[in-house]
Amino acid sequence: MEALQRIRCPEDLTRLREALVSDRDPNKPCITVCSGTGCQAYGCQQLTDAFRKELERRGLTDTVDIRTTGCHGFCERGPVVVIKPEGIFYQRMEVGDVAEVVEETLVNKRIVDHLLYTDPVTGEKIVHEHDVPFYKLQTRLILGNNGLIDPTSIEDYIAVGGYNALVKALYTMEPEEIIEAVKRSGLRGRGGGGFLTGRKWESCRRAEEDIKYVICNADEGDPGAYMDRSVLEGTPHSVLEGMIIGAYAIGSHEGYIYVRYEYPLAVQNTGLALKQARAYGLLGENIAGSGFDFDIKIARGGGAFVCGESSALMRSLEGDVGEPRAKYVHAAEKGLWDRPSNLNNVETWANVPWIINEGWERYARIGTEGSKGTKIFSLVGKINNTGLVEVPMGITLREIVYEIGGGIPNSKKFKAVQTGGPSGGCIPESLLDLLVDFDELTKVGSMMGSGGMIVMDEATCMVDIARYFLNFLREESCGKCVPCREGIAGSLEILNRICAGEGRQEDIELLEELSETLRDFSLCGLGKTACNPILSTIHYFRDEYEAHISEKKCPAGVCKALIQYTIDPEKCTGCGVCLRQCPQEAISGEKKEVHVIDQSRCVKCGVCHDLCRFEAVVIQ
Amino acid sequence: MIDTDTTHRVDEIVVGYNRDRSAVIAMLQDIQAEFRYLPEEALRYLSQSMDIPIAKIYSLASFYRAFSLEPRGEHLIHVCLGTACHVRGAVRILGTIERTLGIQAGETDANLEFTLETVNCLGACALGPVVVVNGEYHGQMTSAKATRLLKQLRKSDENQTGQDREPR
Repeated sequence: MEALQRIRCPEDLTRLREALVSDRDPNKPCITVCSGTGCQAYGCQQLTDAFRKELERRGLTDTVDIRTTGCHGFCERGPVVVIKPEGIFYQRMEVGDVAEVVEETLVNKRIVDHLLYTDPVTGEKIVHEHDVPFYKLQTRLILGNNGLIDPTSIEDYIAVGGYNALVKALYTMEPEEIIEAVKRSGLRGRGGGGFLTGRKWESCRRAEEDIKYVICNADEGDPGAYMDRSVLEGTPHSVLEGMIIGAYAIGSHEGYIYVRYEYPLAVQNTGLALKQARAYGLLGENIAGSGFDFDIKIARGGGAFVCGESSALMRSLEGDVGEPRAKYVHAAEKGLWDRPSNLNNVETWANVPWIINEGWERYARIGTEGSKGTKIFSLVGKINNTGLVEVPMGITLREIVYEIGGGIPNSKKFKAVQTGGPSGGCIPESLLDLLVDFDELTKVGSMMGSGGMIVMDEATCMVDIARYFLNFLREESCGKCVPCREGIAGSLEILNRICAGEGRQEDIELLEELSETLRDFSLCGLGKTACNPILSTIHYFRDEYEAHISEKKCPAGVCKALIQYTIDPEKCTGCGVCLRQCPQEAISGEKKEVHVIDQSRCVKCGVCHDLCRFEAVVIQ
Repeated sequence: MIDTDTTHRVDEIVVGYNRDRSAVIAMLQDIQAEFRYLPEEALRYLSQSMDIPIAKIYSLASFYRAFSLEPRGEHLIHVCLGTACHVRGAVRILGTIERTLGIQAGETDANLEFTLETVNCLGACALGPVVVVNGEYHGQMTSAKATRLLKQLRKSDENQTGQDREPR
């Protein structure tokens, strides 16, 4: 990287920001293409290339900018493109649409109707991003910058006010003052624990040792949760800025970011961000001329879920097997390499610059009594608007599912929403008006977790869901303590037999008993909370367990041993598609005559069900 | 005797981390990226070179999901089993792929053509169910689409064999 002007005092940063802002014409048209992992999977790279080519071909490269940004959140409608300064929102764009958008919108200043988002409720087409219902109800303190800046450009981050909080903290605040502000803001750990962040920092600051560590947990392991990845991919500098402020408050000079190996783009963008911050003198020795030294290294995780647990993560950072240790040893005193260590999750760190910039008072005004600020959820599963949503604490589940999420697809009925990953639980329809915060979710037998929110409809079997999570946890249990290792395996065995139609009358009670043992005697959070998927589904959906056990039926039509695929003679047209595609050759019937499935051959793969255009293949 | 090509490649990785013992997981990741799996002789050499017991190296290699101790096939297939993909029917798709390839998740076929693995979540939930083939994402999967995808892969392999497959 070329030698840049290093920031040596607060005025340097202000001057740099002013220079960057004055170089940029806010009215210059800019095509922003969402380039998060979701949109990349849809092929946004080809789209960006096509825009570049088209602008070149038409000689517009000087008058129109292109910016590839982090995740905008509305993954369902990807690839997502926003044309600035108007904020025109185009969705599901394809390479074939590029020439039209350049011609119509950028040259003729007209809207391309067929690329607009249609509100499924009103049927109206919506032109601007901020009018789309998905975004309207959100409060995007953390994700807001994702759509504005190129994550690979520190200048973009500085231009929107980045590193302002850092300089403010270093030059105008004492470490104790920062800790006090974070405490008063009410910020609680976003990784799942919900511990008060300021208090955590305080105990680490008090530990009397010269070497202390600050760690960012980016080992986002909950299936169905990807908010941390999107923050790291989209605005990595906000995480670095939060960590540097935290390190200054705690008195640490070395930091680590532990990222999942499945997140290559996050690793890449964060690595680049570290280099850029060092080059500007915002990381490393004598940060921004303040005399404070702090540097950060990246470590890639090895793909073990248990490493999301703080003590296991620290063992992994030391180059060891990621096994947790008993909680009476506090990381604030003896963490990484037995030194005082402070670990927070990605989203927690990203909240810190906002609190310092805007003041704890403003932050504490958002949210509920016990949970302040916003929370990012990944709203996924059987939901119309899959994506990342950032909402103030205290919003209702109903608002999230129906107003932001747009309800359940294919006019199916809502059944439950699962929060908190494998440690969480399933919340039924009767509790849709629940206010979402740390304490309320715990009260109903689930938990906040890191923010996965999986919506389930009537075609989801709740016994199968419990089995799914227990199977996940069995694979991921490190095996160190007996209650977790054996308790999970035992519970899974019972759930497996219930799903296989071999459940016994006493099984529900047995599951409840095992759950208590897991909760009370496991070493770490993985085992302690493994009971939640079981207990919450038994509590709210006991009738489904009973149907599996007593009637040998799976009401949702999921458990293979308890269902049959059959062909409805009223609806079958004899088109022959299922007959040709059946891998087992289990379907027979003359052309234009009703077809029949031979149950002895059927392996219940569901190909016929997927392919039938007449909904003639039914699950019984 | 460990062949010099292996020792040379492992040496380069080890030196890249300044022989730092805490970086041994990162070294294993790089060895896997280099060889596409963790060959026994590379692990033995790493153990000698870093003076870490081989048992310790194996405990790491078998603990972390990212590592494979078996050679992988030419086509690497990942089926996402995240919760969002699960409720949208990922299990049926995995079953279809297992039946079509004649291998179970975590296995490689005898010709080293396909390796089938599952992954806890790729965070591409809007596309669910997701199957990733050689790094390329295929979204909104159905059993029928999965079968077609595997057929295409086999076909392109056969065509390449027919025309004296070029080294990749």
